[in-house]
This record gives sequence, structure tokens and C-alpha cells, in this order.
Amino acid sequence: MLERAAIIGIGYTPLRPVSPEVSFRELIFEAAVKAYADAGIEPGQVSTFVSVTEDYVEGTAIADEYVPDQLGAVLKPVHTITTDGITGIASLVMQLATEQLDIGVIEGHSKASNIVHPAHIEALALDPIYARPLAFHPRYVAGLEMRAFLEATGNTEEQAALVAAVNRRSALRNPLAAYPANLTAADALASAPVAEPLKRGDIAQPADGAIVLVLARESRLPQLAPKCGRPVFIDGIGWTQDTPNIEERDLSRAVYAEKAAQMAYRRAGITNPTAQLDFAEVDDTFSYKELQHLESLGLARSGESGRLLAEGRFSPGGALPVNPSGGHLGCGYAYDMSGLRSVLEAALQLRGQAGERQLDGVRRGLAQSWRGLPTATGAVAVLSRQ
Amino acid sequence: MPYQNRVAVLGAGLTRFMRRALETPKELAFEAAKTALEDAGLTIADIDCVVSVTAPEAFDGVHMNGEYLADGAGAWGKPYMRTYVGGGSGVFGLVAGWYHIASGHFDTCLVVAEEKMSPALPHPQGAFNAIYDQFTERPLGVNLLWIFALEMNRYMQTHGIPMETFARVAQKNKRNGIDHPSAQPGIAGDFTIEQIMASEVMAWPVQRLMVSPISDGAGAMVLASERFARRMSRPPVWIEGVGWNLDTSYWTNRDLYYPRYLEKAARMAYEMAGISDPRRDIHVVEPYDPFAYKELHHLEGLLLADKGQAPRLAEEGFWERDTAQGIPASPSGGLLGVGNPIAAAGMMKLAEIYWQLQGQAGPRQVKREVRRGLAQAWGDLMQVGTVVIMGR
Amino acid sequence: MEPFSGTSLTDHALVSGEVLLSFWQPKALYRWDAGVAISAFLDGLKAGKLLATRCPECRRTLAPPRVFCELCFRPIGDWVELPGAGTINTYSVSYVNWDATRRRTPEVPVVVELDGASPGIGILHLMGEVGTTLEEITGKLRIGAPVQPVWKPAAEREGAITDIRYFRLAEG
Repeated sequence: MLERAAIIGIGYTPLRPVSPEVSFRELIFEAAVKAYADAGIEPGQVSTFVSVTEDYVEGTAIADEYVPDQLGAVLKPVHTITTDGITGIASLVMQLATEQLDIGVIEGHSKASNIVHPAHIEALALDPIYARPLAFHPRYVAGLEMRAFLEATGNTEEQAALVAAVNRRSALRNPLAAYPANLTAADALASAPVAEPLKRGDIAQPADGAIVLVLARESRLPQLAPKCGRPVFIDGIGWTQDTPNIEERDLSRAVYAEKAAQMAYRRAGITNPTAQLDFAEVDDTFSYKELQHLESLGLARSGESGRLLAEGRFSPGGALPVNPSGGHLGCGYAYDMSGLRSVLEAALQLRGQAGERQLDGVRRGLAQSWRGLPTATGAVAVLSRQ
Repeated sequence: MPYQNRVAVLGAGLTRFMRRALETPKELAFEAAKTALEDAGLTIADIDCVVSVTAPEAFDGVHMNGEYLADGAGAWGKPYMRTYVGGGSGVFGLVAGWYHIASGHFDTCLVVAEEKMSPALPHPQGAFNAIYDQFTERPLGVNLLWIFALEMNRYMQTHGIPMETFARVAQKNKRNGIDHPSAQPGIAGDFTIEQIMASEVMAWPVQRLMVSPISDGAGAMVLASERFARRMSRPPVWIEGVGWNLDTSYWTNRDLYYPRYLEKAARMAYEMAGISDPRRDIHVVEPYDPFAYKELHHLEGLLLADKGQAPRLAEEGFWERDTAQGIPASPSGGLLGVGNPIAAAGMMKLAEIYWQLQGQAGPRQVKREVRRGLAQAWGDLMQVGTVVIMGR
Repeated sequence: MEPFSGTSLTDHALVSGEVLLSFWQPKALYRWDAGVAISAFLDGLKAGKLLATRCPECRRTLAPPRVFCELCFRPIGDWVELPGAGTINTYSVSYVNWDATRRRTPEVPVVVELDGASPGIGILHLMGEVGTTLEEITGKLRIGAPVQPVWKPAAEREGAITDIRYFRLAEG
């Protein structure tokens, strides 16, 4: 049995469409100060730091060089992983399990508002020889995938639009969220087409923010527990990717999420996810992705996610609440911080600190990430409060 | 107490280092991964997880470069992450691979380092302009060489080191590189001190023949848990210690004459390896040498020489490949003698230590007996140290 | 050992069409938020002032300024105006442009330790009025030499690090 890691400190800024009042350093500093205070530690006690980001999102080459100062990590073991936040947590889970390091910190941030042409950055992730010379807008990849998924499973555009409406309404109860709105599925359906069947209302909008989490080895909790926030345990974590070549993928499925879930469930001892999980924060960068991910995670049978959503199964009072935070559609898409934002919500729910949107009696939940277009990369974490 | 949960190195592979490779980044990664697997006597089906390392994305001009490389690196459908710490990434790859295995989560890990610098136009050096602070530095019209020249001058003047000593490091490494099968054409060779001293000034005190070149290339290594390694016929090399450390990004607020971040990284690795006297216990070293002065600077940070003393030892031949009393440094030829596809160059240094410990370094095999060796890399705004100690 | 795999291309292969190439011009543009500390710093430059912050805990006076101390990890609210002069911490004489083309007259990047800031606290800038040849420049400059800023005229300043045109050796 591998030693578990626990989240013992949480720090975050609210997500906002823009954040001109602070630099990225100052934004991260706020989240870091809160995280250390919550964990009841000084940054000097931390043995290893991980950041998740990538050069073209920052506009800085080798962006990892700017990580240490605002984290209190000067002259400490620090490294950067170009992946979503949950895979970053997987790195910390492994580092702590070596038993050479006791306390780890992960940082994710987004200054999405500073990127003038985000689609051009996304396009740089397309294969430079096969795909990019076609000069299509990268959102077309989502359009292709959405159609393949809906046709293969029988879910509908209306049900996808309902995801957008439900999540933006859930965000009304989340003070962190950048895009709360009292919308209906009809509003999303009526929004402008982007890459048919994908419409503007199906797309999570970019947001700025920062999140810092402090993790510790379970065996170190007795020393830390008197001062730290209520620990949230990482029971299992999985991460993987499908082929980078879009044309080789089965676009109707999220194979990366299936495999990552298998890995996380195996580690967490989960054999029947719908029965053993109390809630889930799943990636909804595009509305249809929530449905596709629910089916890939085994939280709905293929073709049933849309109907179950409409019936209220995934609502806050339903059998399996999904995205009580409002998801990325409600909170905002924050690049590689997005996965950390899902973990943040899961941790707040498990600590009983989710305020107005607190779910009753939740003991175990799931957070899932997708790295965004044009990737098929993702991760899954199973979190519990004991 | 030395670290008990040991991680084995089962194989290594490199491509040639080239100014311009025909192969795409994916293909370079594939070639290195395939060679390393063959060397280990394994196939991709034996691999549980994959780590890739590359330095800035702007060389390839590909965003989400880790994803792009995934199939070439053998990562399709496997747990996979790309880690980076700038120029320190190559050696850091093995640190990341180490924690994948040492955690108990996996039995085998393939670590792939790839760098294709040549695609960036008008010159790959331009990709580095964006490493400077966007408000206080980039508007000055910066270029990459400045920071290294500034650091070299500070080091040189603090200790009063003559240029000839740096030239001697370049001479040694370029000579050692003649025997390396990956060596980039035109880089290795038998140069006189006079030739090196007379090479053109790029950013004084940095001169052409004391700088590593722009390169394309890839390298890979296969790691395994002790229980997996025990099943293999060839005795493995063990990772005995790892260390990494990042200093402040406010580099103009540090005294550049000494790499204190590297000392921290080295002490972390020495402690893990149970090494109290590195000058006795490290028998061969591959310090990161993108510039001639860096080899000496790093040997001091690694505590293998006192501050300001690595140059004197260089003059005495202490770091030569055939030394009997000293510690051979960069027997591979280093970045100055083999080439510098950044992350892959760090992997080349790791592979050299692996081959030296296995007695497989051929004409590059050092004269003294080696039981333990160290590879090191460096990067970012001259602020990161990454260290791996291997032993047999 | 046999040479390892990999196919090395010549410059000729690229320009002659012997190998095919795919070109792409990234449209990677950013408008970075300068934030609290650097906004004030840039405003100061526009007004002809060099501003720093002082950590109340370690008492270091820091430039470029920041509103948190990265070592004490606490907020900083104290601002100080520095005189602008300083000493050379290190310098280079650069003949290479960022695109690797060669310069006829070199640039002289310098790290200036600022008077009034804590020891070792410097900023990157350029030296001017130091000559045009390597011999001349290295003959004039030395680590520890006092320097002073040469500001752009007020009307030309725009709130950027380049509002200081360059540093030059102090008189006398």
C-alpha cells in the first residue's frame, strides 16, 4: 500500500475575466500567502515545489524561471510541468511517496487576459507539418469532436446547451466564479455558431486567477494537523493521453479520461464509481465535454449522460452532483490552472467550506481535467475526507 | 543514511548531434527511445510510464510540445508528463523518472530528452530573448549571450582567472569529444590554446571556441525498480542521489561569481547518496559546460573544488580524462565537444556517466577506476542546478 | 562505436529544395499586466525617478521593486527613491545581435549596483560613452567603477526602462 498524500493548505484568488491591477507575480503571491496560512506552515518548511504552465501561454521562454519568488521558493527544489494541474498533483503525490520529501506545493495561475490572440496560440499546438498549414481555427477540432460524440451516443445539442445553462447558473452561488449567469438552454442554443455544432454559448470563456495547494505525506499529518486546514486525502490519481494526432483518435470518446479514471479508481479501490463517489468536478471547457467525460468516467452509461442531466441526476440535490462550482463554463477557463480549480472545489466541498453551494454529507469526490485543444491529455483524482 | 528504495538505470540511447537534422522532433525522440530500449533489452510494452524533457517551446515553434512529442517518445496511452527547468531539463528528466519509480507507483520508466533548435528563424538564439523580464529587461534589446558574459566576467574578475585557463577547458572538452559517436560535425577537434584564444569575440569575455553550438538531437534512458532490475541479466547502474534547486529570478540581485543554487542541489544529492566527502567519493563528473567557464564554475558549486580553485586544478590537469589522481570532468567531450541540443545534451551527460560506470565508454573510458559518477545541468536565468549521482 | 542515428542536413539542402520545409509565423502577442510594483516603478522612470522598495523585516532595499519580499515572504509597502547613480557589478562587450548577426560597434550590457539599494542589488542596463573598440572599452571599465544614469529628456520619457538612455562612468 503506497502512502497517501493529503491536501493540507488551500490558497486561491477569485477568477476574473481580467486582472489589470496585479502582475502575475502579485496574483500568485496572494494565493501562496493564503495557502501557507491555511496549512499553518512557513514556506521554508516546504520540501518541493511544482508549477504547471507553458511558455506560449506566458509569453516567456523557459517560463519556469519566474516561479520561485512569489511562492517563497527561492533556493528550493522547484520544477515546472507542462501539463494540467491534476497531473501536477500526481507529480507531488509521487515525490512525497519517495519518502525523501515531506511537504509539497503546487502552483497554477492564469493570465489568460494577457494573451492577445489565444486562438493563434492554440494553433501552435497543432502538428506543424500535417495540421497547421491547413490554417483552420483550432476550435474546429472541438466542432469535429462534438459532432462525432453526439452522433455516436445519441446525446443532443439541446442537452449540451443545458450543460452550459446549468453550470452558469450553479456559478451564481460561487463567489470565485468569473461567469455566473442566469441562463437557459435556449440561450446557449441561440448563441452564434463557432464550429458547427459548437456554439459560442458552449464554450468556457478565459479567466485570470491563481491557486496554490499544500500537500503532505499522510504519516506527517500528526505533526502538522494541529495547525493545518482539515486534510483532504488523495486516494487515487491517474493521468494519460491519447494519440497527439487528431485524425487517429476516436473522437466520439475521451479515451484519455477512460484510462486516467481506470488508474485512479484502481488506486482508490473504486469498482463502482456511481455508488462510491458522492460528487464530481469534471472538465466542461466545452459543454459537450462534460457529457463525454461523464460517460468516459463511468458516471453515466454511453448515450445517457444528457438524459440524466435533464432529469436532474447531476444537480446539486441529485444523486450525483456534478460541477457544483459552476465548472469552467461558470468559473472560467484558466489554462493549466483549470484542473487545480476543479480540485479546489472538491477540497472545499469535502472540508465543508463550500458556502452556499455546500453539498450535504459528501465524503468522497472526483476531480477530472482535460488539457484543452487540441490535446487528448487528461487526469483524474479521487479525493476523500478520511 | 543513504537512500534505500533504489532506482536502476537499464539502458541509454542517443542520436547524433547535428546543426540541422532531417528528422522531425518526434522522429529524433523515437530514435533515442528505441535505442535506449534496445540497449536495455526491453520493448515499449515493458514500459509503465514516460517522462519527456525539452527546453523552450519556441525552438520547435510548437505549443504543448510534450503532447506533440508523445507518440515519438513512446508515451501513447501511458502516464506521461513533460517536465522542464530550462537548460537543467536534461538531467532533471532522470530526477523526474527517479520519482516515478522511487514512489513505488511504477516499475519501469522511459525518459526521453529532445531538442530541435534549428527550426527557429532567423536564429535559434532569438527564442531566448523572451527569457528576460518583460518590463525591466526585454525593452533594452537583450540577447542571450549577455547574461553568460556578465556572469563569466564576474567569476573571472572575482578570482583573477586568466583567459588561458578557460581556453584549456575548451581544449580538453573538444579533444575528448573526438571520440564521441554523437559529436556534431566540426565541433570536436584538437585545437591549440592559441587557436581558441584567437577565436572571435562574441560577447566579451565569451569567445567563439569557448561556447557550445546550436544543435538538434535526442537522448533517452530506461529506469526500473530494484525488483524489476534484478530480473535483468546485465548488472544495472543505480541512481544513488538526486538534487535540484532554483534560485531567485531576480538575477541582477545575486552575486554571479558563485552558483549557490548548485551547491544546494549537490548537497541534496550527496545527502541522499550518503556522500560526506564528494572529492573522495565522486570518481568521474559531467559538469554542464555550455561555456568553458561554466565547467569550472559548476565544479566549484558541486564542492569538487574550493571557490576559485577549479581553474588552478584545470591548469594542473586534475580534470583530464587520463588523470590518475584527479577527477575526470566531461570525458564525453561535454557540450563544447559533442554539441548542445539543450535537454538532450543533459541526457548525453547522464548517458556518459552510465557508460563510464558500465565500462562501456570505449576510447573515452577514464583511466582511474570508477564506482560512482555525477552528471549535472544548469539553466533558466542562470539559476537552476540539477544533479544525478549514479553508482555501481 | 558506430555513429548513432540521425541525418545531418547541409545549408545547401535547405535552400536548394532538396528537403521540403513548412513555414509558420507565430502570432504570439501579449499585453502583460505590470501590476502594483512595476507600474509604480515605470511611472517613476517617466518622472525621472528610480524607485525601490524596502522590506520591513530583512531591511533590504530592492530594485527592481516588488511588493513582497521573496525571502521573508511578507508584503512590502515602503517605497524609497534612489539617487540613480551606482557602481558596476559586471559588464560585457557584445558583438552579437539577438539574431546572431554581428555588430560593427559593440553594445555594453552592465549590471549596475544602485546607490541607496542594499549591497549586491542591481539592475540590467547598458553603458554608453565608453568608446567603440574592445580594447578601449575594457581599458575604461572595471568592476566597482562608479556610474551615473543618462536620462532621456522629460518629453521623450514614456514610462519604460529605456527612459534611462544608458549609464556612463561618473566624472572624476
